[in-house]
Amino acid sequence: MNDNPLVALFGYFALLSLFAVGGANAAIPEMHRIAVEIMHWMNDRQFADSFAIAQLSPGPNVIIVTLIGYHVAGVAGAAVATVAMCGPTCLLAFFAARTWDRFKDAPWRIAIQAGLVPVSLGLIAASAFVLARAADKNIYAGVVTAVTVAVASFTRVNPLWLFAAGGMLGLSGWL
Amino acid sequence: MSEVTNAKPVHPAAPSLAELFISFVIVSVSGFGGALPWARRMIVEQKHWMTTEEFNEAFALAQFLPGPNVVNFSVVFGSRFGGAAGAAVALAGLMGPPLVIVTVLAMLYAQFGELEILGRILSGITATAAGLLIAVVGKMAVPLFTKRWNWAPAIAILAFAGVAIMRWPLPWVFAVLAPVAVAIAWLKPSATTAKP
Repeated sequence: MNDNPLVALFGYFALLSLFAVGGANAAIPEMHRIAVEIMHWMNDRQFADSFAIAQLSPGPNVIIVTLIGYHVAGVAGAAVATVAMCGPTCLLAFFAARTWDRFKDAPWRIAIQAGLVPVSLGLIAASAFVLARAADKNIYAGVVTAVTVAVASFTRVNPLWLFAAGGMLGLSGWL
Repeated sequence: MSEVTNAKPVHPAAPSLAELFISFVIVSVSGFGGALPWARRMIVEQKHWMTTEEFNEAFALAQFLPGPNVVNFSVVFGSRFGGAAGAAVALAGLMGPPLVIVTVLAMLYAQFGELEILGRILSGITATAAGLLIAVVGKMAVPLFTKRWNWAPAIAILAFAGVAIMRWPLPWVFAVLAPVAVAIAWLKPSATTAKP
């Protein structure tokens, strides 16, 4: 990759966007691998913080790339990372939308859809694993994660309440 | 009213470009923790621009395509009602406000990120966010692991292990697993007919 961080940002995220089947969450491990392990743009905690801020912000969760871009190269980095992550797949979506409906019952379309579901599930599970490992630095944080899993699985509580509770516990200094 | 809706899905006038833009701005600023539920509420329940089936099909396409799902969906939806211009305004409405908000947050974080108190709050929120994502994975996995495909869990586990445990680059894992999974689905089409 080029020395210019904007070029690296654009190249990595444009490539990543084309493989991120399962949405932004499925791409978290790869973002982590690139930003923390390969390029050393940020450390583990900064990455986890970025994810937390993206979750707290309204709008699509893909907005984490904006935060990474800003961290690397300011406002220009934020813009470049966002355009790279959304641009190629939006063009693809635009052209796919015009042909897809025509092949609604085609066997190849059904096979593609059916085959990609488990792949994307595995990728999202990997994201959850990577995040939990970055977030749960001690047993108390692990307990917060576990309790959140239980509450979110078996109740319909608005996630904002869970975030509020997690933030308060963090503030109290237990985590 | 109910007679009409039962007879045929009612489509009020297709949204104008301005309506498209404003609607996606509203979806994006209200969509905490993901914009999908809000998009569905607005399009299907409030504006009746699509029936449930139409929405599911459009979203399935957005999900199947690589990249952020809701972003793809805004393009698919916008292009259906307004061509290229419709896609552009829907996308701008969805991404504009969060871009501004998150850039401001990023500036604040750059300024105050080292503060211990902020770090503590964020560590609690991150632990929560990880839990939420695990719960989503659990909900998605239930249908896959409980019925029909004997091969699907294996593919999911391989994808998980390759990326999370082996730390292989996602494009490689995808390039190997996706064709295999699609080929299996192709050769065993009967297994997929039960799909809702």
